[in-house]
Amino acid sequence: MALPGTPLRKRRKIMPILEVGVLVALLLVPLVTNDFHTIIASRMLLLAILAISFDLCWGYSGIMTFGQALFFGMAGYVSALLANKAGFVQIWGIVPVSMAVGLVSAFLIGWFLLLGRRTPTIIFVALGTLTASYAAERLVAGWQWIGAANGISVWDFLKVGPYEIEPGPTFYYIILGFLIACYVASRWIVRSQFGLVLAGMRQNEERLAFFGYRVQRFKALVFSFAGMITGLAGGLYAFHEGFIGPGNLGIVQSTYAVLYGLFGGVGTLLGPVLGVGAIEMIAFNLSDIDELKPYWPVVLGAIMLVVVTYRPTGIMGFLVSTRERIGTFGLIRDAGQDHAKPDDGGSGGTA
Amino acid sequence: MRNRTTGVPVALLEVSGVAKTFGALRALDGVDLSVVSNSFHGLIGPNGSGKSTLLKAIAGDHFADNGRIRFDGRDITTMRPARRSRLGLSLKFQITAVLPELCVYDNVLLALQAHQSIWGLLRSNSRRALHGEISETLDRFQLLDRADDLAGELSHGQQQWLEIAMALTQRPKLLLLDEPTGGMSPEERRATGELLAPIRAHCAMVIVEHDLDFIKEICDRLTVMDNGRILDDGTVEEIERSAKVQEVYTTRV
Ligand SMILES: Nc1ncnc2c1ncn2[C@@H]1O[C@H](COP(=O)(O)OP(=O)(O)OP(=O)(O)O)[C@@H](O)[C@H]1O
Ligand SMILES: [Mg+2]
Repeated sequence: MALPGTPLRKRRKIMPILEVGVLVALLLVPLVTNDFHTIIASRMLLLAILAISFDLCWGYSGIMTFGQALFFGMAGYVSALLANKAGFVQIWGIVPVSMAVGLVSAFLIGWFLLLGRRTPTIIFVALGTLTASYAAERLVAGWQWIGAANGISVWDFLKVGPYEIEPGPTFYYIILGFLIACYVASRWIVRSQFGLVLAGMRQNEERLAFFGYRVQRFKALVFSFAGMITGLAGGLYAFHEGFIGPGNLGIVQSTYAVLYGLFGGVGTLLGPVLGVGAIEMIAFNLSDIDELKPYWPVVLGAIMLVVVTYRPTGIMGFLVSTRERIGTFGLIRDAGQDHAKPDDGGSGGTA
Repeated sequence: MRNRTTGVPVALLEVSGVAKTFGALRALDGVDLSVVSNSFHGLIGPNGSGKSTLLKAIAGDHFADNGRIRFDGRDITTMRPARRSRLGLSLKFQITAVLPELCVYDNVLLALQAHQSIWGLLRSNSRRALHGEISETLDRFQLLDRADDLAGELSHGQQQWLEIAMALTQRPKLLLLDEPTGGMSPEERRATGELLAPIRAHCAMVIVEHDLDFIKEICDRLTVMDNGRILDDGTVEEIERSAKVQEVYTTRV
């Protein structure tokens, strides 16, 4: 007699190995490279949070957001202003304020786009977020008080208590800590019973409504959470780069978030992290070659086209099976073992 | 449920004068239907007569252009599907709509956890408690050994069962089944009838079916539709004797 639950438990899991591998590699970066490369890697980690937030929206919840940078840039501006106008640079204040800016602005936009009387289409949401991002970019670029098109330079360093954190290994590890926190929190969401609802929604939104789920509320929640972690990344970005400009909340940055996600593979949390690594490394190496520089967007576009056409699941599609990508939800280990019981003992005992 | 003063059963579902047009087509043209608690009500009629359209209007997949739908004492005519579902209305679509890229087990879990709070879902605090019920349901529908397979990998008949199982775990007061035995073998049909019979204790049903033997076997009352209208309505015996129905079925089929 076949034991239910057996195939799943026997199947080799690749994902945990990858996760640990990437984590170890990230922990080693400052130890094996110089400060210059560590600083570039730090920036990539911040972009990885942006990419994860896109993935939470599109890959997990079917919200096509073309404006994810809006929350990134807004939080960046707020922390830059806090530093320059109020002289406030403490990390314990900057982080929650950045998160709050991302959360509130995403909640408002999510409310407007998702919670209307009529069910929004993917196109509607894509255009709505795109428009918001574009409008914000134009607005900021014309506003003298916040630097207009020149953006804002942040001269002060972020502080932990009395210690200034310059870009470099320490800042890198702080950012890595936040990336891990965002990753773990996101993982907790998408692997919970709530995540099961998201997975169902992605496949057949209508069906879920007939089960009694208020689908749009789930979406609005994920969208707000994604905005919150993006805000966190944006707030730190302003200090790390010492600069925030209209480009950071506009459609180019938003489009990059989409590219990172699609390239690395949406529907897995590790995919966007790998996507950022891959795209940024290609960009970094190509920008050394001066003749190639003007063609970079074309090259990027071509790579994207190839990947999306041949591997809709991105880099992760090469590494992880579909079944593992779908994964399991809730307290799987306990339930997985219980599974076998009714058949095993023949006693049933489930009534 | 009975009316206290008259002792006459009160209808669980009351559809009156419902109309629905698609462009120039009158898919439903003033339909009345009434279903009593704990009864099985069959809905038959030629292809394109509006059966699925009626079920969808009841479940909220689309809204009626005209007329009223009352369910369990409330007017649900313009309510959204999620709210109707919370009131105790479940629909199994004509085209199976299991979630193909989730395993069979998770499909049932998804149906079963639908009315829980978002916070509870985030904390995954009900999965362990629901496990017994999920296994039992899967067992009843002979799907337990497929629990870990993706629902999309099931045979058509098994997908139908999975859908019925999912609809039932929600403990609806009224279950709407659109062609539950479509694509099933004769044995599977018989098994389906046996699976459905015991639910009468806690649930009423509206079944759309082309298999007349199946529907005569299981239903108390029949409603016959044609061209978006009710042609006749009555007990199985009455419909079998009905001249109007005979005419439609003999002249057109
Ligand atoms: N969304 C729609 N748009 C336009 N026409 C539709 C739509 N849905 C149904 N119809 C039309 O309405 C009529 C009734 O369709 P319906 O699906 O209710 O029939 P049915 O009785 O369920 O038939 P069957 O037995 O073939 O399932 C048909 O002529 C169909 O083509
Ligand atoms: Mg039909």
